[in-house]
Amino acid sequence: MRGLELRVGAVLVTLVVAAALLSRFWTPYDPTMPAGARLQPASAAHPLGTDAFGRDLLSRLLAGAQSTVYVGVIAVGIAVLIGVPLGLWAAQLPGRASEVLLRATDVAQAFPALLLAILLAGLFGGSTETAMVAIGLASIPQFLRVARAGALQVLASDFVLAARACGIGRLAIARTHVLPNIAPLVGVQATVSFALAILAEAALSYLGLGTRPPTPTWGSMLQQAQSVWFAHPEQAVIPGVAIAVAVLGFNLLGDGLREHLDPRLREEVA
Amino acid sequence: MTASPLLDVRDLTVAFGRRPPAVRGVSFTVAPGQRLGLIGESGSGKTVTSLAIMGLLPDYARVTGSIRLGDAELVGRSDRSMAEVRGDEITMIFQEPMTALDPTMRCGRQVAEVLRLHAGAEAGPARERVLAMLAEVGFDDPERVADSYPHQLSGGQRQRVVTAMALINSPDLVICDEPTTALDVTVQARVLQVLDRVLTLENAACLFITHDLAVVSQLCSDILVMLDGEIVEAGSTAEIFDAPQHPYTRGLVATARLDLVPPGGRLPTVDDFYTRPAEGAR
Amino acid sequence: MIRSIAGRLGVFALSLLGASVVIFLACQALPGDPATALLGTSATPETIAAKRAELGLDRPLPVRYVEWVAGMLRGDFGRSFATGDSVTALIAPTLPVTGSLAALSLLLAIVIALPLGMVSALRRRHWQGGAVSVLAQLGMAVPAFWAGILLSIFFGVRLRVLPPNMYVPFAQDPVEWARHLVLPVVSLALVQAAVLIRYVRSAFLEVLHEDYFRTARAVGWTQGRALLRHGVRNAALSLVTVLGLQLAAILVGAVVVEKVFILPGLGSLLLTYADRKDVMVLQAVVMLLVLAVLVINALVEVAYVLIDPRLRAGGRA
Repeated sequence: MRGLELRVGAVLVTLVVAAALLSRFWTPYDPTMPAGARLQPASAAHPLGTDAFGRDLLSRLLAGAQSTVYVGVIAVGIAVLIGVPLGLWAAQLPGRASEVLLRATDVAQAFPALLLAILLAGLFGGSTETAMVAIGLASIPQFLRVARAGALQVLASDFVLAARACGIGRLAIARTHVLPNIAPLVGVQATVSFALAILAEAALSYLGLGTRPPTPTWGSMLQQAQSVWFAHPEQAVIPGVAIAVAVLGFNLLGDGLREHLDPRLREEVA
Repeated sequence: MTASPLLDVRDLTVAFGRRPPAVRGVSFTVAPGQRLGLIGESGSGKTVTSLAIMGLLPDYARVTGSIRLGDAELVGRSDRSMAEVRGDEITMIFQEPMTALDPTMRCGRQVAEVLRLHAGAEAGPARERVLAMLAEVGFDDPERVADSYPHQLSGGQRQRVVTAMALINSPDLVICDEPTTALDVTVQARVLQVLDRVLTLENAACLFITHDLAVVSQLCSDILVMLDGEIVEAGSTAEIFDAPQHPYTRGLVATARLDLVPPGGRLPTVDDFYTRPAEGAR
Repeated sequence: MIRSIAGRLGVFALSLLGASVVIFLACQALPGDPATALLGTSATPETIAAKRAELGLDRPLPVRYVEWVAGMLRGDFGRSFATGDSVTALIAPTLPVTGSLAALSLLLAIVIALPLGMVSALRRRHWQGGAVSVLAQLGMAVPAFWAGILLSIFFGVRLRVLPPNMYVPFAQDPVEWARHLVLPVVSLALVQAAVLIRYVRSAFLEVLHEDYFRTARAVGWTQGRALLRHGVRNAALSLVTVLGLQLAAILVGAVVVEKVFILPGLGSLLLTYADRKDVMVLQAVVMLLVLAVLVINALVEVAYVLIDPRLRAGGRA
């Protein structure tokens, strides 16, 4: 089993990212335009068949990967850029203030990404941007916690004490000692958060609150299949499998990386 | 030793995965009521030996050889059938008293459950038996201790509660795995004294595992010395102290008898006497 | 013990206050003027001012906030800007739908995850443990609403054993109510159980490594019984902490699953009024969902004190 998670995860993630990159330059057909008869089964011309508008499903699946990766990267990027500095700051706060901040993140976690996104979509209208911002904002507490916990550990170590004793300032310590040490933890969290972002984005675009048509996303493909899926289940199966594969890939990669970083998790002796 | 030993370990070998065996061909016996010290450094295989006797090794450990308790063979038994022996005939006291008790359960209940588990006693008499046992391990106020949660007791007190749990069913053999190592020296003496008394009271044999020769000499009549998974020397406590044979044992004895070092002289270490083989030489 | 519980309830009240301020500001201060939005660009300043007065928007924010909170304490969530309907009347019929969906899902998820998590911890070196881990990993990758779609297609349409969608109120026909809830509840619970299994597994693994577990084994408990005896209570300590997050996940999952199964719950209401940009309804529903999560968190904190004797004397987890 050792390393299997990491390898399978890496393969699946590579698959999704490759599909996303490929679709920027080439898809078999235009994913937004009808390319044949409606609801065709798989054939040589359309390997996955066509949807209720006669659009090529494979092309839409590839283009959907692009939306997924795009939203995920920006959302996780927002969360890292805000969450990590906040966490580093929280680690340097005195006990009481740090406690209050942690409490606040507890409350913030009562707003899951999807709820925040629905709220933002209700206030400003749904779009790719509101989806990214909502998912990103909702993921901040995860990074705040990881960065704070990691930083506290590093700050308590002797080499930081030594650096302090030499008169090195807080910001410099954060940059030279804390950041490099917590980077792997943040990396693992980013991978896991990416999986969560994919799930949230899929749900949002299924609800019609994310990326607007005609840009294809896996969630909106499911939404458009809703009127036909009882008669044509494959219309619901295909985009769902794509979502599950992508989420599985990032989750496995995250677990594999975590195990790689922390060999104690392999529990040699029971 | 006597004709029918209580515990008869023959040619015990324990291996984990593809690594070289942690215990190799170990044989020894424990007579009824005998106090046997098993001494060795960490990693020498003494804890693995004791866990093998208890049947508490992880299930990927490969155990060969024979461990007989009275007439019964213990090697190869199922967890369920070993569970009936554990706590009733053999029992074990571990090193870490601070965490050895369930933090969510009152101490009295934890002791009583062991009694109920094996004797199936009713709750009323069980309570009295528990209080008597707690008094036996030296508590003046067994009622209060029984109603306390572990976090309300000190390390030494907890170790005595664990001792009460181990001895309440009057087992034939008690395995002690460095029960005092984690304690302060003064508390250590108190726990050893209590252990000595209850072992005598319950007429139980004891396999006492430690790396501290001084502790062993207070409690045990005989000593086994273990090194790298093998028993390198065995004898009575007096023999081992007066005429150690193996260089490693000589080192141990020298480091335990610091009173013989002249003031200001260099303190001896085991390495002065015994040069361990280079890595991979075995 | 009372003091420590009181302290936790105080934190709960403060969290609730904070959440209400954030929600109110987000809904009332961030977006443009609802009066302008309602009347369109052709409205004159006079009609807009009249509309603002009618909706009560001409008064300062703090006053409106206090009124909103005071109203909620009386069970009055205000009136929809767009239609003038009582928000309370809109929400009331949706509560039993979402409430039963979420509660049953959480319950089923726990019922599934506890034994499976335990098996996967105890048998982690055997095929059973591996199988549970693989199942959990797969379950976590499946969006609840997609699980719902597949279940609805398979059991509702292919096999015709259960209704594929829609809702029947309990008072109207309890049997049909239950039949209509089976698929939505299962689809939410399966996915949530997958997440929960991993928590249960690591909680029990932690117990397996505890010294008191070894003590229990040394005095004669079998592995399984020692785990039940000492494990469940101690693992519960680490498990209750994730229940609040679990409920949050189930509630948002319910929003989406309600759309799949066309259930008239809080989620459907939220989506309908998000489309209409009706902030009064939005802020009420969001406040309710956050309230539910915070209440569970508070209950968890109290349960914590009750389970762990070390906390009864006071002090923090």
